[in-house]
Amino acid sequence: MMNLFKIALRNLLRYKRRTLLTASLITVGVVFVLVFVAVSGSFKAMMIGQITDAMLGHIQIHKQGYVASIDNLPLNLNLNAKTAARIDEILGSQKNIEASSPRLKFGGLFSNFVESTNIRLNGIYPDREFKTVPLLTSRISEGRKTIAKGEILIPALLAKGMKVKVGDSVVIVATNKDGSVNGKQFVVAGIMEGVTGPGGRDGYVHIEDAAEVLRMPELEISEVAVRLKDFDRLQPAFQDIRKQLETEFRKGDKFPLEIHTWEGLSPFFNIARMLDIMTFFIKLMLVALVLISVLNVMMMAVYERIREIGTMAAIGTPPGKILLLFMMEGLSLGVLGTIIGGGVGLLLLFILNVAHITFNFGQQQGLLLQAYVNPMDFVTIAVIVILVSVVASLQPAFKASRMEPIVALRHV
Amino acid sequence: MNNKSDILVGIDLTKTYGELEVVKGVSLAVREGEFVSLVGKSGCGKTTLLSILSGLEHPTHGQAFLTGKEITGASEDELALFRRENVGFIFQSFNLIPTLSAWENVALPLFPMQMSEAERRRRATELLDQMELSHRLEHLPAALSGGEKQRVAIARALINHPKIVFADEPTGNLDTATGDAIMAILNHLHRQKGMTILMVTHEPELAKTADRVLRMQDGEVLS
Ligand SMILES: Nc1ncnc2c1ncn2[C@@H]1O[C@H](COP(=O)(O)OP(=O)(O)O)[C@@H](O)[C@H]1O
Ligand SMILES: [Mg+2]
Repeated sequence: MMNLFKIALRNLLRYKRRTLLTASLITVGVVFVLVFVAVSGSFKAMMIGQITDAMLGHIQIHKQGYVASIDNLPLNLNLNAKTAARIDEILGSQKNIEASSPRLKFGGLFSNFVESTNIRLNGIYPDREFKTVPLLTSRISEGRKTIAKGEILIPALLAKGMKVKVGDSVVIVATNKDGSVNGKQFVVAGIMEGVTGPGGRDGYVHIEDAAEVLRMPELEISEVAVRLKDFDRLQPAFQDIRKQLETEFRKGDKFPLEIHTWEGLSPFFNIARMLDIMTFFIKLMLVALVLISVLNVMMMAVYERIREIGTMAAIGTPPGKILLLFMMEGLSLGVLGTIIGGGVGLLLLFILNVAHITFNFGQQQGLLLQAYVNPMDFVTIAVIVILVSVVASLQPAFKASRMEPIVALRHV
Repeated sequence: MNNKSDILVGIDLTKTYGELEVVKGVSLAVREGEFVSLVGKSGCGKTTLLSILSGLEHPTHGQAFLTGKEITGASEDELALFRRENVGFIFQSFNLIPTLSAWENVALPLFPMQMSEAERRRRATELLDQMELSHRLEHLPAALSGGEKQRVAIARALINHPKIVFADEPTGNLDTATGDAIMAILNHLHRQKGMTILMVTHEPELAKTADRVLRMQDGEVLS
């Protein structure tokens, strides 16, 4: 084995320029894929992070039918207090949940005593909400990074349009479930930047204030946002929670709740999906690149060395060893390309990170690009390249091993 | 014909390439320890016959026996193993592997075997010593003269202690003096070590040194 490897390496060194050229082709491919995977991965992670951590949470639970009509914030599709309490209990017993936050969502009229406009509001328990969507506080650009009862956080565009500042008094008027109208005065505690996507321009009040405005005899809940401890285990955690809720609430074929991951709630899931598909095709291109370049070199190598192959066969080298010899050459090419490509790629990523490149996403400005390849991805890419190199050398190697010694020896 | 001391036997061997009959019903035998030369004009079928007898090529008809084993009809893998264990080859154009040093070329037939690198090297060095090439162990073929290359090739042919050596025009690419030196080595191998040799040549002068001369003409062996 060691000898075969030695011979394979010597043969690669025999045509240094060609080997280098092929290896650098593979290198370019590996670098390209690594950087793409890292940058798109960074962008995706940041995008998802912004959406989930600043607003959505990882998972949301509603009464059946709520999400379909979420645009008009229906009050007749809320979870009643008993159900909400039971959900709270179940979520509390789950190990993989970091925090959860019940919200009472409603639409109303926002007045600064001079003029009025529409507003969408979330009634929240501030401490629970901030634990569930930790980036929410970072969206508060002016004022205090929290709210108390009697206070309101309003979106920046609204504040600007209505000329409202922190500390001003405003009135929220809302229609209750029974059709009567009620109003309550609030003090503006903070002004928050919007985020792209549904619900990105909502205001926030304390949940008990919301219940008061809506004149609820007992507190109802529109949605429960959930934050997981480990976002990478989104699907299994989602299934867990779903199963728990099903056992608790399902009656026959009636399940009164609906549960979604952020993917089912945000259109940005499609962008994330698209990035995944693009990554897949870029990887496919890498496979094609490696396949074609290694195949090309190995076919040439076999053709050039027909007499050598004949000699080796004549002196009794078994066909299998000749096969192995050429496969080893392909393998070495792949390994060489992977090592150089991996090195250059990681260096490039390092430089990208050191350069502190920032980009904007929606209202979020100056997000730092953190180009990072997780080790699993790196290993996968390396394994793909090396495997494809071996596969590409299979056909030429097979041809070499099947050559009749006398035909090969007579070859000029 | 097939008596005990015959190490190589060919019976009614025929080889055709399409319409062309290159070897025409040849029967012959080589005894153990014999030095036989096969002489004939270029293109008369010598290389083809040698290839059949050494298990490099299958005849169209007929049988060949080497060390009592029928080699016609054996699979490529069996033949490869058989050649490695029983046969040494010397070619006109040396056929050394250009990426391997002299000693590595000599050791090449050993490499499918389980053997330490040191042992391979020891055996190759010993043979190269006998070929008076101790000072050329690490040289690549490109750095060797024609005569040196052929001596490396002879060492390679001997490393597996073959029962018979096939030499196809071993001096064909060499000048007369160098060729004579190679012939001297082959004669020495035959006389001192009792090596069985079947040598192909188109030069009657060279053929004469052998114990027995077979003449070939148009695919047939005359004597
Ligand atoms: N694979 C082949 N296909 C067709 N003709 C061949 C093939 N190999 C050899 N020949 C022909 O067979 C004849 C004998 O060749 P060869 O045995 O090499 O002769 P020698 O070694 O005596 O010079 C030549 O005419 C050669 O052209
Ligand atoms: Mg010939």
